Amino acid sequence: MAKTNTLLIQTPEGIVFSQLLAGPMARFAAWGIDLACILAATMLLNMLIGFLGLVSLDLARAIATVVYFIVSIGYGMAAEWYWRGQTVGKRLLRLRVMDAQGLRLQFSQIVIRNLLRFVDMLPAFYLVGGIACLVSRRAQRLGDLAANTIVVRNPRITKPDLDQLLAGKYNSLRDYPHLEARLRQRISPAEASIAMQALLRRDRLEPQARVELFEGIAAYFRSKVEFPPEATDGITDEQYVRNVLDVLYRTRTGPQRQRTREPVAAL
Amino acid sequence: MIIDLQKFMSSERPCWSELESMLNRMESDPQHRLPLDRLRHFHYLYERTSADLARIMTFSSEPEIRRYLENLVARAYGEIHETRGKQHRLKPLSWFLQTLPRTFRRHAKAFWLSVAITCVGIIFGGFATAFDPESRSVTMPFGHHLMDPSERVAKEEQTMGEQLSGRKGSFSTFLMTHNTKVAVLTLALGMTWGVGTVIVLFHNGIALGAITVDYVQAGQTRFLLGWLMPHGVIEIPAILIAGQAGLILAGALIGWGQRRRMAERLRAISGDVVTLIFGVALMLVWAGLVEAFLSQYHEPVIPYSIKIGFGFVELFLLVIFLSRGGLQSPSPRNRELETRNA
Repeated sequence: MAKTNTLLIQTPEGIVFSQLLAGPMARFAAWGIDLACILAATMLLNMLIGFLGLVSLDLARAIATVVYFIVSIGYGMAAEWYWRGQTVGKRLLRLRVMDAQGLRLQFSQIVIRNLLRFVDMLPAFYLVGGIACLVSRRAQRLGDLAANTIVVRNPRITKPDLDQLLAGKYNSLRDYPHLEARLRQRISPAEASIAMQALLRRDRLEPQARVELFEGIAAYFRSKVEFPPEATDGITDEQYVRNVLDVLYRTRTGPQRQRTREPVAAL
Repeated sequence: MIIDLQKFMSSERPCWSELESMLNRMESDPQHRLPLDRLRHFHYLYERTSADLARIMTFSSEPEIRRYLENLVARAYGEIHETRGKQHRLKPLSWFLQTLPRTFRRHAKAFWLSVAITCVGIIFGGFATAFDPESRSVTMPFGHHLMDPSERVAKEEQTMGEQLSGRKGSFSTFLMTHNTKVAVLTLALGMTWGVGTVIVLFHNGIALGAITVDYVQAGQTRFLLGWLMPHGVIEIPAILIAGQAGLILAGALIGWGQRRRMAERLRAISGDVVTLIFGVALMLVWAGLVEAFLSQYHEPVIPYSIKIGFGFVELFLLVIFLSRGGLQSPSPRNRELETRNA
């Protein structure tokens, strides 16, 4: 099966939910943050243990050795167990450890994936783990393979500034609610996102390329749902794409129904 | 098909919120058990939210809601379709006295394989020292090849165990952490289809065999037994059990004669591997304490016979613990869990 950055899990009820897999670089960055946390925690504890040196230097050294060992090995386990698959680094980078089948993450899985860092870290800087992550279909290092876990990312979804592009203009497609609904049904989120990106980047395109691009997108949308000629006559392909996106991205609420009938060319 | 998104959301949101709060409660308290009617309601909420997700999938403008619902469905799916035992409150005594020896015995074959590999290493290392003294620099760790056994014995018996004076504690914790790292590495190298685990066990065997033959040839057998036995009878089995865990991991990875998928095989042994490695860590803590505070004292401070006797008592107790521990009939719940794990 081809390598992908998305893991699809299908439930017995036939519902498919997706998880975005984290790549090796994001995971390496999270590990860097965690390493800094481990070092900071160890330094802090060593300062406290240093006071024991006044009583017994041997005792202070012994405790410092054990503390470093426990913190360096136990940090990942404790954090991932307490925060359900996250450490400080993973929280900051919005990553999370999950069971590969989408089931509940077990303590034994967390322990195994953390203990197997000893192999993933070989020979230095997680080279073995990094290569395994690149080769693996689900971006798993050896520890993840053994523990049957994956690391997913939950990116913050930011909506584009629709008001800048679409606000307050008359949209002729809005006069056909049943076709609007069909449009929402037939156009996938990925297709809508591509059209939105084209619109957001329109000023960076050469004039000829801009005309050709929106001609293609508009033709594609027309092939999905055909609006009556009176709704589409006299508007450019780019404007048609804007109107389609307006339908897709804007929900009808009370105030929005009171749209002004400004000429579309003003956009 | 969703015509009015706002209406859809306002009508469905109470279900989502209820499912979310139930999930929060279940995840924060693993011991929490739902009564049957609440369980049915939970399943209903899960199915309804799943259906909402299927409907919102086609709706381009709501990636945040889709993500939110995917997250909810994923969490509920994990709770509903999980067939392994729920996480239990930690019972350290029961785990140590029952779970650990039972787990050890359940994978006895892997342990004996680990012993066999180490024995081959011991024989190899012993022969190498006996017939090729030049090999000492390769086979002996920690600078032992630079020491003459007789000279070392004379020197250490003279210092009356004061060579570690003022640093016994740090030496002890160094041994604990170092040996635990070696044990974890032995386990982790099981992911190399067991090749790495076999190499570590064989290498340990070589060192043990080489040092043993070196001291026996020098006529220092009593010193050797008195020095090694107090901590070695725990430390060596600990590494062997770490090797056992590594071989279990390798066995699940290779999957000879098993029809289950690799992920299922690995899932089935994960709890046992963790139990064994935690047991190994405990054994190495004990061995570290004994090595720093007892093994380094020799005659005339402590007679060798006492140290050897102490070693035999430890070994006897360890054998009894691993072979008889947890033999009394387990509770029906534990029996069910163990059957499932097996």
